[in-house]
Amino acid sequence: MTTKVMYPANKRATHHKLRKSLNNFKHSWQLYLIILLPLIYLIVFKYVPMYGVQIAFKKYSASHGIMGSKWVGLYQFNRLFNSPQFYKILSNTFLLSIYNIIANFPVPIILALALNTVRSKFYKKTVQMVTYLPHFISTVVMVGIILQVFNPRIGLYGKAMEFFGLNAVDLIGSPAAFPHLYVWSGIWQNAGWNSIIYLAALSSVDIQQHEAAIIDGASRFQCMIHIDIPAIMPTAIVLLIMNTGQMMNIGFEKVLLMQNDLNISASEIISTYSYKIGLSIGGGDFSYGAAIGLLNSVINFVLLVSVNFIARKVSETSLW
Amino acid sequence: MGKIKKKSIYSSRSDNIFFMIVNSILFIVLVIVLIPMLNIIASSFSSGNAVAAGRVFIWPVDFSLEGYKAVFRNNQVLSGYANTIYYTFFGTLINVIMTVLAAYPLSRSDFYGRNFITFLFTFTMLFSGGIIPNYLLMKDLGLIDTRWAMLLPNAITVYNMIITRTYFQTTIPNELLEASRLDGCSDIKFLILIVMPLSKAIIAVITLYYAVTHWNMFFNAYIYLNRKELFPLQLILRDILLANSIDPSMMTDPVLLKEKQNLTDLLKYSLIIVASLPVWCIYPFVQKYFVQGVMIGSIKG
Repeated sequence: MTTKVMYPANKRATHHKLRKSLNNFKHSWQLYLIILLPLIYLIVFKYVPMYGVQIAFKKYSASHGIMGSKWVGLYQFNRLFNSPQFYKILSNTFLLSIYNIIANFPVPIILALALNTVRSKFYKKTVQMVTYLPHFISTVVMVGIILQVFNPRIGLYGKAMEFFGLNAVDLIGSPAAFPHLYVWSGIWQNAGWNSIIYLAALSSVDIQQHEAAIIDGASRFQCMIHIDIPAIMPTAIVLLIMNTGQMMNIGFEKVLLMQNDLNISASEIISTYSYKIGLSIGGGDFSYGAAIGLLNSVINFVLLVSVNFIARKVSETSLW
Repeated sequence: MGKIKKKSIYSSRSDNIFFMIVNSILFIVLVIVLIPMLNIIASSFSSGNAVAAGRVFIWPVDFSLEGYKAVFRNNQVLSGYANTIYYTFFGTLINVIMTVLAAYPLSRSDFYGRNFITFLFTFTMLFSGGIIPNYLLMKDLGLIDTRWAMLLPNAITVYNMIITRTYFQTTIPNELLEASRLDGCSDIKFLILIVMPLSKAIIAVITLYYAVTHWNMFFNAYIYLNRKELFPLQLILRDILLANSIDPSMMTDPVLLKEKQNLTDLLKYSLIIVASLPVWCIYPFVQKYFVQGVMIGSIKG
């Protein structure tokens, strides 16, 4: 009984819906036209490679192309997990990324808090100007600077060691020094720039909060601890999530450029290894390289999703 | 006024100590960031012998321009420079057009399917095919070793697209769209004639972001280009700064080996400056735009 009554109404509803979306299209076809080119770009340059990632499960041969090559299942991954270098490379990757995230986290916050506290406008502007500048140095030049500055013969580092009467060790070729050089040069380059976002969060703090606290007898330091720091916490958490999500993509270019024969035992990471296997001279094993790259992307994705999940549980701040 | 008020609210002795500590922290930061840069600038203006002997600190020793002369005598550097300017100009042009084309429809709340398309874009931030499938794609498209390889693969940066979309959403009032509709204005016309002129600020921001990215781009050139005459500056820089491979024939004067080595050391410093100079020169004037970009980005898409 009821269905008999419902049926035409339902039909009318779907009809109405269809009509509505048709209307929608008629009404805004120009918007679709506008976005057509970006969509084609997105599909060709971003989604086709995602589809092409299937060669990680194949044995790629140039004559058969991506589609025609033979499926080999998890063969490439087994190869990777059984290779003697794999665990070294995996641990290098994690150590470097975790060290990088942890060391990078507090510096911009401290810088922003300090800049927010300082009273001289001129001083503040000068520090900002200078510390933002290195952000725009290209990776190649940055690595060039590292090589020059840490050159034990002619660089600043060599001179400083000489000044203190110490022997300048070659840090560029030292596996033990590699993570520190990598991470701290990154902080040197980006801490200033990364502080901008915290400064923005701090500028939204109402000055009346500070005034009220001071009337209640708080010192400026207490204001910072109890007003400024809570104000930037949500931003800090979101950034921490995003950085964790970028963990495996970490400075691929910079690591590749900083590598040399002497420090390779500490500086080989998954992404550079994938590149070398797949593309560099003596490589050319596309399938194996793609499998290593895919492993990298998957770890990255899982990390981002889980960190976001944890953040949402404990702090109500998350990316989505 | 503000100054007097501020002084009067933070007056206790412990506050003064606190301010002193903060000032000194910032001073240390300033010194740490500044000294390596000054050292490189000073070295680039010194003589090859002074640099090789490690005598330069933050002021040029035996002031000379030999380093710069050597840089500009190097044909590779010059052609790299020209190529980089080409890639930066056309690459940025493509970037800005594509970004606006993607951002505008996605900023319209009446655009059916916008959530899905936004998701398609943002998903590429989380997951990508990786280097090798990208390389194979470029090979299949026949773009390896062409200038297109430097212009097309990163035509849209999702982050820039999102800040542009957010800007459109927050600054272009809906009433404007309705009013122009009544006057018979189409969406395309509205974008070109109304939205673009109102969005100069965001266009400036993304133009600068993209231009710097192109200027500094290294990796695409490294994997997609083999022909030397297409190489951008960064690739030439890598050869000279990092791989230490300087073509001896580029130094036209027949000099002693020792001096050649000194000149090589010096050349690197001058090259660092020459390569970074364009960005550093425009930087003071455009700093506020860069900062604006971060601010808009922090509103979150």
